[in-house]
Amino acid sequence: MKSVVVVFPGSNREKDMADAIERTSGMRPTLLWHKDTEIGKPDLIVLPGGFSYGDYLRCGAIAAHSPVMKEVIRLAKGGTPLLAVCNGFQMLVETRLVPGALLRNTSLKFICKSVQLRLDGTSSTFTSKMKKGDVITVPVAHGEGNYVVDADTLKALNDNDQVAFRYLENINGATDNIAGVYNETKTILGMMPHPEDATDETLGNASASPFFEGIASVLR
Amino acid sequence: MKAIIHVSLKKAILDPQGKAIANALKSMGFDEVEEARQGKVIELQLNGKGDEARLRDMCDRLLANPVIEDYRIELVA
Repeated sequence: MKSVVVVFPGSNREKDMADAIERTSGMRPTLLWHKDTEIGKPDLIVLPGGFSYGDYLRCGAIAAHSPVMKEVIRLAKGGTPLLAVCNGFQMLVETRLVPGALLRNTSLKFICKSVQLRLDGTSSTFTSKMKKGDVITVPVAHGEGNYVVDADTLKALNDNDQVAFRYLENINGATDNIAGVYNETKTILGMMPHPEDATDETLGNASASPFFEGIASVLR
Repeated sequence: MKAIIHVSLKKAILDPQGKAIANALKSMGFDEVEEARQGKVIELQLNGKGDEARLRDMCDRLLANPVIEDYRIELVA
């Protein structure tokens, strides 16, 4: 599996992501600086977590217009799987590749803890080693993770099975407990929690290993 | 020419920061405050006279997120 993790000024989870992908697929991803516009033809593109551009203006808004993003958007629209985590998810909604927006947590607090996620939307590139209803424990670390969509969009997401993950307990105010969503064709997944940080038994939590193993088995 | 862009959360969107501000004002004794909404102001110094269509494009693509925010453009000499 050839994968690319895009690095923006202020990204800080790209190495965890690269480690998780390498651990589960055996292949080290390429870290690509956001000013490089030559991505090649990867099997998977990842937008990692962090605080790109210091969260200025709106989280992810400035990174969404980085030079590399034109090509990321073009490839993702063409069907290249795209995984966007945390700040990457915030960029993703700004590109409008998935609907909705991420607002300040209703508590106004930065939430940093492990939470339980239920897999709802299956049959995607990302979930081949998981079953509908599986619960995994995954860390979150965000101040702006309150996923907002209007009622019509929410209905469309539910009808089309585009809600990938839901929080068992609503930590941030997210509409319908949504923690992660797909695009219509389920080749793009954006999620606030950090599955990359739940893939190593020696660190005490490998709950999300099946998630990455599933990706690796489909894209190998 | 200067363009002043006022960005605010749409009415239907809950504004927890505004809520915290209103609560603080109330606890300071300003009982007349019923609600607060927080937004942002972006001032753009422009060379030339400021093309409304281009300014709207700036707002739609970067300065505001039309999913959650409204904006108003004010041009001042």
